[in-house]
Amino acid sequence: MLGISQWRWTSSQEALIEFEITIIENFHMSIYPVIFAPPFDPECERNLQINAPLVADWLVAFLKDEICRRRGFEKAVVGLSGGVDSSLTAYLCALALGKENVYGIRMPYRTSSSESLEHAQLVADTLGISCRKIEITDAVEGYLKFEPDANSRRRGNVMARERMIILFDQSERLTALPIGTGNKTERLFGYFTWHADDSPPVNPLGDLYKTQVWQLSRHIGVPEVIVNKPASADLIVGQTDEGDFGISYPKADRILFYLLRGYSSDRLIRMGFNESDVQLVKRKVDTTHWKRHMPTTAMLSVTSINDYYLRPVDY
Amino acid sequence: MAFRILTAQIKPKKGDYRHNLCKIGDVISQAESMDSPPDVIVFPETVLSGYFLEGGVREVSKTPEELFKDIHRIYLERTQGDTGKLDMITGFYELDDGKYYNSAMYLSLGKGKPGEDQSGIVHVHRKFFLPTYGVFDEKRFVARGRTIRTFDTRFGRVAVLICEDVWHSITSSIAALKGAQIIYILSASPGREFSGEQVGNISKWATLLPAIAEEHSVFVVYSGLVGFEGGKGFTGSSCIIDPWGKTVAIGSAMDECLVVADIDLDDVAIVRAGSPLLTDLEANVGDLAMEMDFIARGPHRI
Repeated sequence: MLGISQWRWTSSQEALIEFEITIIENFHMSIYPVIFAPPFDPECERNLQINAPLVADWLVAFLKDEICRRRGFEKAVVGLSGGVDSSLTAYLCALALGKENVYGIRMPYRTSSSESLEHAQLVADTLGISCRKIEITDAVEGYLKFEPDANSRRRGNVMARERMIILFDQSERLTALPIGTGNKTERLFGYFTWHADDSPPVNPLGDLYKTQVWQLSRHIGVPEVIVNKPASADLIVGQTDEGDFGISYPKADRILFYLLRGYSSDRLIRMGFNESDVQLVKRKVDTTHWKRHMPTTAMLSVTSINDYYLRPVDY
Repeated sequence: MAFRILTAQIKPKKGDYRHNLCKIGDVISQAESMDSPPDVIVFPETVLSGYFLEGGVREVSKTPEELFKDIHRIYLERTQGDTGKLDMITGFYELDDGKYYNSAMYLSLGKGKPGEDQSGIVHVHRKFFLPTYGVFDEKRFVARGRTIRTFDTRFGRVAVLICEDVWHSITSSIAALKGAQIIYILSASPGREFSGEQVGNISKWATLLPAIAEEHSVFVVYSGLVGFEGGKGFTGSSCIIDPWGKTVAIGSAMDECLVVADIDLDDVAIVRAGSPLLTDLEANVGDLAMEMDFIARGPHRI
């Protein structure tokens, strides 16, 4: 309702009701240039653009602070898959700690692609960091021989968890902190094995969408062959992330940007995003909140940890 | 709620009310011919007469009722069909109850008789801060407004402020505290200081307006006069700014043009959820009022 009553609406308005029509002569009819706000383009990636040099400096400072100052380590250990996330993480660690303080570990399974292994070696060679190959096949098979019917999803989870066993043991052996490599898109999609890929205590890329990881990787000099290849978890032969998702990373990231900002699905669809894409992305985020949290603990006391007893991670 | 706003920066003809009313009519005609016509049209400060009038204020001032009647008539002339609605904000020199003011009227236009279809004057804001220094001489010719109000419209609760009103951050704070989700700002800003990358007053607005939008998470719609008056050129740059403080559309600094953007009022809640500065301000209003009262009483001067 209009707040007309806020303006005095007195008897003088009565006269308005039957006002006299006098045509005001039209001196000239002007046509003005019109400046429209640029129409919204669902394909536009401007919102996802980062200032890559600035982000690189920031993440190097973060790694130095978190690994050295706060936790008292001088070295880092990174699982090198040959993909862009772990490659970029290794580059950032080498910048932060020096190449002599970064250990790359390649952990292939018998079905891992040879290209993955070569790309991991390429990163180690380019950076001049030490690199070791530890096959996980025997360890994985050692368990799976009791579970011959395990489907590919279960087998993939076993591989991811085995890799973390190795990474944390190498951490202990080398006095080097394990560094996580998960990006924001896969974290939001829950596209990782819980308490495996996501378990390293420090993660520089977790707030960068995949398309932003690509931008930063190009800036920092990760070999093009790694940045340009289709992303793959490489748990199953021929697997690609985008094939698993049913949506490309650039499309997903553009939708995630607005969903996380607080836009409703309806509004995104009105803005021109594809309806099934929006629903797919929203469903993936909505069904995986639990994966981004610690386990749910039954609260019994008024000193329940993380409910009542609260201390910051760096306290 | 999504709707379309058009801010029209035009050059009025000095002192010629009827001519300027026709220019408003031209904007209405052009707006109506758009594929998607605007829901709200905003004109600059004193668009019906020009800004620097000195004693001429007495000759061009209109009562709110007279102005509404004329604009409603021209709206009916310029639009087709029996239905349709348009909200408008326009600057004018006002005569009311024996005093002259530099004012802005928010009016709602429809095709029925005034009152029956909610056509009518929704609010008149009288300029609160009258610049009277250097090139400005407003206090000599017009009286000061005494209130900063917000009011409900078809498109949310809004406030209208004029030029120097918003050079004092407290006015937009008051408007936001009173619930405005859009602050319409009308101005006639003469260009001065030409040593920087932009004309000095344009830089000032470019700092000020996004800061208001961002501090209170409100939309800011700015309509600036263009054209020269006796050697003093107004700098246009009409713009629409979202509650993140991002300018979504801006007009030129010198030429007449219509600046159009579609906005969604839902953004206000989205931004405030992430940045509850206004809620923090609300919570502290009591203490701030006591501080203001203390200042108004003046003991700090002793």
